[in-house]
Amino acid sequence: MKRSGIVTIKCEWCKGCGVCAHFCPADVLEMHEFKVRAKSPEKCTACMMCEMRCPDFAITVEVVERADEQK
Amino acid sequence: MSKNNKQLLQGNEAVAYGALYAGCRFFAGYPITPSTEIAEKLAAELPKHGGRFIQMEDEIASMAAIIGASIAGAKSLTATSGPGFSLKQENLGFACITETPCVIVNVQRGGPSTGLPTAASQSDIMQTRWGTHGDHPIIVVTPSTVLEQFTETVRAFNLAEKYRTPVVLLTDEIIGHTRESVTLPTELEVIDRTRPTVPPEQYKPFDTTQGDVPPMADFGTGYRFHITGLNHDISGFPSNNGQMAEREEIRMQRKLDNNYDDIVKVEEFMCDDAEVVVFAIGATARSAKDAVLAARKKGIKAGLLKPLTIWPFPDKHISNYKNKVKRMIVAELNLGQMVHEVRRMAEGAFEVDGIFRVDGEPITPSQILTALEER
Amino acid sequence: MAFQYDKYLRNDKLPHIWCPGCGYGIILKALIRAIDALGWSKDETVIASGIGCASRLPGYVDFNTIHTTHGRSLAFATGIKLANSKLKVIVLGGDGDMSAIGGNHLIHACRRNIDLSLLVLNNNIYGMTGGQFSPTTPTGCNATTAPYGMTENNFDISNLAIGAGASFVARTSSFHVAQMEDLMKKTFQHKGFSMLEIISGCPTGFGRRNKQPEGFDALEWQKKNATPLTRYNAMTGEERAGRFSTGILHEADRPEYIEVYDRTVGLKDA
Repeated sequence: MKRSGIVTIKCEWCKGCGVCAHFCPADVLEMHEFKVRAKSPEKCTACMMCEMRCPDFAITVEVVERADEQK
Repeated sequence: MSKNNKQLLQGNEAVAYGALYAGCRFFAGYPITPSTEIAEKLAAELPKHGGRFIQMEDEIASMAAIIGASIAGAKSLTATSGPGFSLKQENLGFACITETPCVIVNVQRGGPSTGLPTAASQSDIMQTRWGTHGDHPIIVVTPSTVLEQFTETVRAFNLAEKYRTPVVLLTDEIIGHTRESVTLPTELEVIDRTRPTVPPEQYKPFDTTQGDVPPMADFGTGYRFHITGLNHDISGFPSNNGQMAEREEIRMQRKLDNNYDDIVKVEEFMCDDAEVVVFAIGATARSAKDAVLAARKKGIKAGLLKPLTIWPFPDKHISNYKNKVKRMIVAELNLGQMVHEVRRMAEGAFEVDGIFRVDGEPITPSQILTALEER
Repeated sequence: MAFQYDKYLRNDKLPHIWCPGCGYGIILKALIRAIDALGWSKDETVIASGIGCASRLPGYVDFNTIHTTHGRSLAFATGIKLANSKLKVIVLGGDGDMSAIGGNHLIHACRRNIDLSLLVLNNNIYGMTGGQFSPTTPTGCNATTAPYGMTENNFDISNLAIGAGASFVARTSSFHVAQMEDLMKKTFQHKGFSMLEIISGCPTGFGRRNKQPEGFDALEWQKKNATPLTRYNAMTGEERAGRFSTGILHEADRPEYIEVYDRTVGLKDA
């Protein structure tokens, strides 16, 4: 089953620590001017690691599963 | 009151019974002479009243535990002596700033430090007033008989609940270990703290719209709130707003100051026509009463001013003697603590002398009588 | 749908005070997910803390919360639990709060086996005061009060708790988010005194002086050195150097303090 995710960044809460970008396995995130941004949002696999590791409640990931691949 | 209700009771035991009467359902303490009988009695009695007892690992933890229990809704007590009170000061301040009702018994013994553990002393008068860092209001009550150990314990709980504040019951080794035949009263008023009536979502733990004493909710009753030892706003959350901190500190002081007549209790014995008045608390007040009676027999117009509340200090009561007496003799088992407060209030209108003693022995009636006979 | 932390947060108190890269925000999220998974109601849950960075956590969550004095949270919590044993009481604090100034309260809470759940957020440093060494600062590491390197031996807080009689002790790290949530649930569900030590980082107070300047440096260190208990036990002393064991370290079936007390003194349904 193919999962993807929609990353939403709450920029005003991001403290720019870079934990999310550092551990993102799909190279979705990067740091830009002390904040995170999604440089390749289409690559997100919804592994949720950025959401769970963001210490600042600044990232949420909406899981998307394609309807035709669901049971 | 029938004769049948008379019992021979020790002062410390009377505190335990007073606490149970007042509705105390939790005690945490640490063994220390000369207060330990209070813990021992409550260890045995609390479970019979549906309450719990715990002997904590130290004095600091005992003070913390009673504050925690009070926040969870139980009227709570701890008992100690001077060295233990020194340790309790840290969390006593927490009880002050969080306005948590609780009662702390200090059965005074000689000091400083380990001092004279089994000897009489009244040297914690200033420690109970100022003992914790920062400005803080406090109520300190001072019984002088076994019966008063009971009634003043009930009053201490009532004041704690009514004014949402810690209250210290300051007694001493002599009263704590004295056994007297007493008939315990059965119809004393018992006051419970005001709990909120607003819906939980509107509750603010330091909301003073109904007066200087904010209603207090118990943890676990649906009123979820935050408690901190930091200066806080009316919602209970920390704030660095200095003006707000000042406003709240003044309010906490005011809630006691504005209720002087309700809080400050003083017994005036043969004071109406007195020219010389002895000012004494606790065990010393007993000697003083004896001395006053003996002086009267010798034609000396003597009286006794016995505060049952020593903090807030009975300022108004002392002021009333400005144009009435020539002299006030402050008798205390220390090297002079209350005497300075009395002198402050006398403002030179009458002479203020002191009788002090720190050898572990009580001030005797003859010592006081000798002072009354001077001039 | 993404997990709804909002339901448990006091949103007007956020963003929190913790520094960029601090692991405590990660722990806060795991705590919320664990409580949510257990289905505990907000009204029956109490969170108590002492003083320090970790101890600011309760202010952010919508439970019955109390931020007490330095090191004393377990003693406050003991009073809360004894006054109303129906409450579910979680206590949390840092390594200094729990193993230095609060060390006495820690060992006695363990000894009593009172039903409290303790989270120790161990970042090896006093962060709030600016990076002084704590009882868990590794020997040789730098701190503002150890400018020549830490000269003291350090505590293994989990072993301390086991030795003192805690009936459930586990360890994880702020990197291991799934394990952390799982172990929190087990810690909270355990009847008796339970403790979860969470190895965390402090980029500001510890990391900058010890070659871990970024938040993710500490997380990488945890990822590399966390070792499941069985594997850790099979290692030689040399192999264990710098590593820490994780998972459930100790679990014992011991009677819980309040149950024993109530039964002994004849209290029913207090």
